[in-house]
Amino acid sequence: MFNKDRWKEILEVLTGNWFRTILTAFGVFWGILILIVLLAAGKGLENGIRSNFGDIATNTMFMWTQGTSMAYKGLPKGRRFTFKLGDVDAIRQKVPDLRFVSPRNQLGGFNGTNNVVRGIKTGAFNVYGDYPDIINQDPMSITSGRFINQLDIDGKRKVAVIGEGVRASLYDVGEEAIGTYIKIQGVNFMVVGTYRKNSNDGNAEEIQKEIFIPFTSFSQAFNQADKVGWMAITANDDSSITQLKEQIFTVVRENQKIHPQDLRAVGHFDLFEEFNRVLGLFKAMRWIAYFVGVLVLLSGVIGVSNIMLIVVKERTKEIGIRRALGENPWSIKLQIIMESIFLTIISGMAGISFGAFVIYLINYFLASNGPIEMFINPSVGLGVVLLALIILMVSGLLAGFIPAQSAIKIKPIEALRME
Amino acid sequence: MIEIKDLHKSYKMGSNSLHVLKGINFSVEEGELVAIMGSSGSGKSTLLNILGMLDVLDEGSYTLDGVPIKDLNETKAAQYRNKFLGFVFQSFNLINYKSAMENVALPLYYQKVGRKERQEKALKYLEQVGLREWADHLPSELSGGQKQRVAIARAMAAEPKVLLADEPTGALDSTTSYEVMDLIQKINDAGNTILIVTHEPDIADMCKRIVHLKDGVIVEDKKITQVRASQYV
Repeated sequence: MFNKDRWKEILEVLTGNWFRTILTAFGVFWGILILIVLLAAGKGLENGIRSNFGDIATNTMFMWTQGTSMAYKGLPKGRRFTFKLGDVDAIRQKVPDLRFVSPRNQLGGFNGTNNVVRGIKTGAFNVYGDYPDIINQDPMSITSGRFINQLDIDGKRKVAVIGEGVRASLYDVGEEAIGTYIKIQGVNFMVVGTYRKNSNDGNAEEIQKEIFIPFTSFSQAFNQADKVGWMAITANDDSSITQLKEQIFTVVRENQKIHPQDLRAVGHFDLFEEFNRVLGLFKAMRWIAYFVGVLVLLSGVIGVSNIMLIVVKERTKEIGIRRALGENPWSIKLQIIMESIFLTIISGMAGISFGAFVIYLINYFLASNGPIEMFINPSVGLGVVLLALIILMVSGLLAGFIPAQSAIKIKPIEALRME
Repeated sequence: MIEIKDLHKSYKMGSNSLHVLKGINFSVEEGELVAIMGSSGSGKSTLLNILGMLDVLDEGSYTLDGVPIKDLNETKAAQYRNKFLGFVFQSFNLINYKSAMENVALPLYYQKVGRKERQEKALKYLEQVGLREWADHLPSELSGGQKQRVAIARAMAAEPKVLLADEPTGALDSTTSYEVMDLIQKINDAGNTILIVTHEPDIADMCKRIVHLKDGVIVEDKKITQVRASQYV
């Protein structure tokens, strides 16, 4: 198979009619190019969405209280209730496989009134009472100082970690924030750290304007007692929060005397389910890309097959001569199939290379014109390229098979008579 | 060398059957130069094709150099053609994108002879037909006579038992024809067995034996005194 004369012959045949060869090759080139670009675009979109989720622990759900919708054990329907720290302990004890159960409290909110004062500067910020675990569920990078730790919780220390956005509005440029005091709803807290969160979502500005203080200090300073505003619950990596959440609700319902069938009492948002739904979308998109790409490729391959049939027809007499001179029919068949595979693979590789170039250009423009939302780093993996090559090889084989068969079907005597 | 007994061949043309060869008995010794003559439709080309294993016989037997030729599949037939036979055609049938040397080397390639040896042998045979310096030329750059000489060199390259020539001078003018015949005679002088199909009496006279075919049977089979082509060249 790897003999020099055969390759020479393949090249002679394919270069004999450049224009036709290039037109034929273009079909395959185009097919594989579309496949690669579609896959890369899908990947870019996927990367974009994934980075929207940021490095948030995706195996997470958020849970809050709503009014009960059913009367139960003498309690009326429509009753308001709040989570208590006891609920948090009960969940930790009764539901296994949970990584973090973080109770949270919150002050202020979007477009709230000014609640934080430092000297003559004021601002409206979200203030969260949190446990140290929260930094694993909603990651942020600490730009100076430290985050809340267990000692802060235990000692109910009045310390705060502020966002870079908060720093920008309460401090002068270059002013040291660590060690200074800010007044949150009249209570002084010492700033011990600053953070920055990554997001390319629309809320990048907003999420830098948050203040984190220890949960226990929050409860004491703002008279929350053992109330818990809401919870962020993350499951272990090997289990899914979507499967565990019913258990959690059951525990909460028991603790809060809520009717077991009352589905509306506890509100939640399942990030994991949402995340999986989006991932499922990308899976579907990938299939569509393969489907469309392979179909376009197929029309290219049919083109190759067609041309090979014409080549065989044109060379019928030559094939007759060669058989009269004693060439083995199998050798002729192999020759035709190899020509087809060679043409397919060369044009396919050109398509892959050009596709890579297009992807490079897109990345270049994305890099130079700033990021576009939801579209980051379109690319295809090595696996995809290898798969594309295998598809090419198989399709080249298929494209050559029928022409090769027709080449040796004609008897040499008839082939020789052809003019 | 060649032994044919009671050979029948007919072609089906729709519902009609055309009986082309009607019982040929024919044998050729080693070193003979035989002309097969006959008008068109007499079956001479069919006979040559059967001898060349390009076509199969219906009835009778064919033995070539002691090997019975029957029930050949295409692979086997290709092997036998390569080993036993050299073909020369009226229309030369050179492969037009290969140089003279590559054309000559082709049968050796099918014998899986190494590249170097192939080239040496091809050059040797081109030398014999006087075209050594044309080795790198494409067939389109050669004259008719030169093409036929390349074709003869190609037929000889595999050192076949029998050389089969189908109207080798049919497409050539008389001077070139004689040159080609001169070459064929020389090859024959070297001891090779050659069969020529022709309808030109002067070409036939240059052979050592003439077999006349008419309507599918041999009507005449005579040894003659050979006319040397060299005297016309």
